[in-house]
Amino acid sequence: MAIDYEKLKKIACDIRVDIIKETYHAGSGHPGGSLSAADILTVLYFNEMNINPDDPKMEGRDKFILSKGHATPVLYATLAHRGFFPEEELITFRQLGSRLQGHPDMKKVPGVEMSTGSLGQGFSASVGMAMANKLNQSPARVYALLGDGELQEGIIWEAAMAAAHYKLDNLTAIIDWNGLQIDGKNDEVMTVRPIDEKFKSFGFHVINIDGHNMEEIVNALKAAHDIKGMPTAIIAKTSKGKGVCFMENNAGWHGKAPNDDEAKNAVTELGGEW
Amino acid sequence: MSEKMATRQAYGEVLLELGENNKDIVVLDADLSKSTMTTHFAEKYPGRFFNMGISEQNLFGVAAGLAHSGKIAFASTFAMFAAGRAFEIIRNSIGYTKANVKICATHAGVTVGEDGGSHQAIEDIALMRAIPGMIVISPSDGMSAKKLIREAALLDGPVYVRLGRSAVPGIYEEDSNVRIGKGAVVRDGSDYTVIATGVMVNEAMMAAEILVGEGISLRVIDMHTIKPIDKEIIIKAATETKGIVTAEEHSVIGGLGSAVSEVVVQNCPVKMAFVGLQDTFGESGKPAELLTKYGLTANDIANTVINLKRL
Repeated sequence: MAIDYEKLKKIACDIRVDIIKETYHAGSGHPGGSLSAADILTVLYFNEMNINPDDPKMEGRDKFILSKGHATPVLYATLAHRGFFPEEELITFRQLGSRLQGHPDMKKVPGVEMSTGSLGQGFSASVGMAMANKLNQSPARVYALLGDGELQEGIIWEAAMAAAHYKLDNLTAIIDWNGLQIDGKNDEVMTVRPIDEKFKSFGFHVINIDGHNMEEIVNALKAAHDIKGMPTAIIAKTSKGKGVCFMENNAGWHGKAPNDDEAKNAVTELGGEW
Repeated sequence: MSEKMATRQAYGEVLLELGENNKDIVVLDADLSKSTMTTHFAEKYPGRFFNMGISEQNLFGVAAGLAHSGKIAFASTFAMFAAGRAFEIIRNSIGYTKANVKICATHAGVTVGEDGGSHQAIEDIALMRAIPGMIVISPSDGMSAKKLIREAALLDGPVYVRLGRSAVPGIYEEDSNVRIGKGAVVRDGSDYTVIATGVMVNEAMMAAEILVGEGISLRVIDMHTIKPIDKEIIIKAATETKGIVTAEEHSVIGGLGSAVSEVVVQNCPVKMAFVGLQDTFGESGKPAELLTKYGLTANDIANTVINLKRL
């Protein structure tokens, strides 16, 4: 069946609107790195992965791990749109009593496969999950989304070494390369370049894409299926804050919620209803 | 009495038995399998053994991922690198997610010996018991180590098992009743009580013999489960005897002594004293020499009881 890219783009736009609403209602959270990953998560959840919202623990399902756990708004918005829980619940994000914790909590939210937030640990767990699939001779795949700043964590490279050592061709790492982290540009805080050469030297098959081009995301994820004997790293060049002009490529929107006017303007720009 | 054996040796042996009976059991190590004794499992079940190399953070992160995929993950390295180096991975990826990981950490305490202070974990009980929901076990001999690890394998959730490098005398028999969460009176007495854990249980037994000569009847409790701690047995000791001395091969800050104190002060205040490392690091030496230098022998326990009596 032909892929309806227009539909994927519409879903990504809806998810972006919800990212703004979630962080606005919470009065905190991480919109910048959520917006940069919206297209990637849209493709994963609406085109790529074998999952079932009616049976979140379905045997043999694919798993997505948000290793850059602070991008929680994009994960919750995507899960809600995919039917894992009601969209109305999104505005309870980060509030006392809500199951939508500030960082993803697998014990509370259906569809969250690993509690993350402390950087690097999600990728490590995803290696364990991919190893379990190999042990079980399951064809299920594991996808981990890593931040570029997150690559500064040592455990990332411990996990990368293990993924190659155990020939985890069922594991796809996607690096959301928006170039920014809390204190500024990666290049100024702590250089992570060359990302592709690093993963290559660690034994990954590397694919470079534009992380906002739906077709490139779709094709890269599919291409990873055909790579045998080694894990794949998709280096997705993205813009932090993508889709909202005043947030784009601005490190200041890493962990700050929009105020009334900003939220309204952002939602309007995204074509959503305020 | 069962044979003299290091608790790590007992771990290596019981893993073989567990691996035979349950195919969901996987074992991970970080290039120390010949020391942690997971090497026996690796030889027998190579498909279910994963050497993660010298990367303890990833060791525990991967163990969490395997556990959340239905496996029972036994992850081993030295106590220093488990509770110490990988603390936050254990806290967030294993504790916070209630992952079914059994952290079997060997070479705990000063009886590591010659490797010295950098390798002697004396804070691991404090660190591990602070994690919500973490079960903390510190067996005193090979037999109880096997029994407790067998039971831990049946529990769904994280367990920290503290194991030693050096051989220790047997305390229990094959038919002894050793259960997680239940302290054991290994020698009854009516004047004072020593609550000990790990290698210090044997020292406490010898202290009881020494104190016979002083006319003191000493009760010795093996608190092999530090968490959840057996409140009942502590309250009973505090009520029936005149004071409690705790004994651990660990810092007196945050370990067994603290755990017992928390129960005593809230339920049954009684005189207490603490045998353990007094806010100091260890150093290189033979295990027996170090126990002597740091005040962790039967004599030290006996003297502490005598001093408590004078208070």
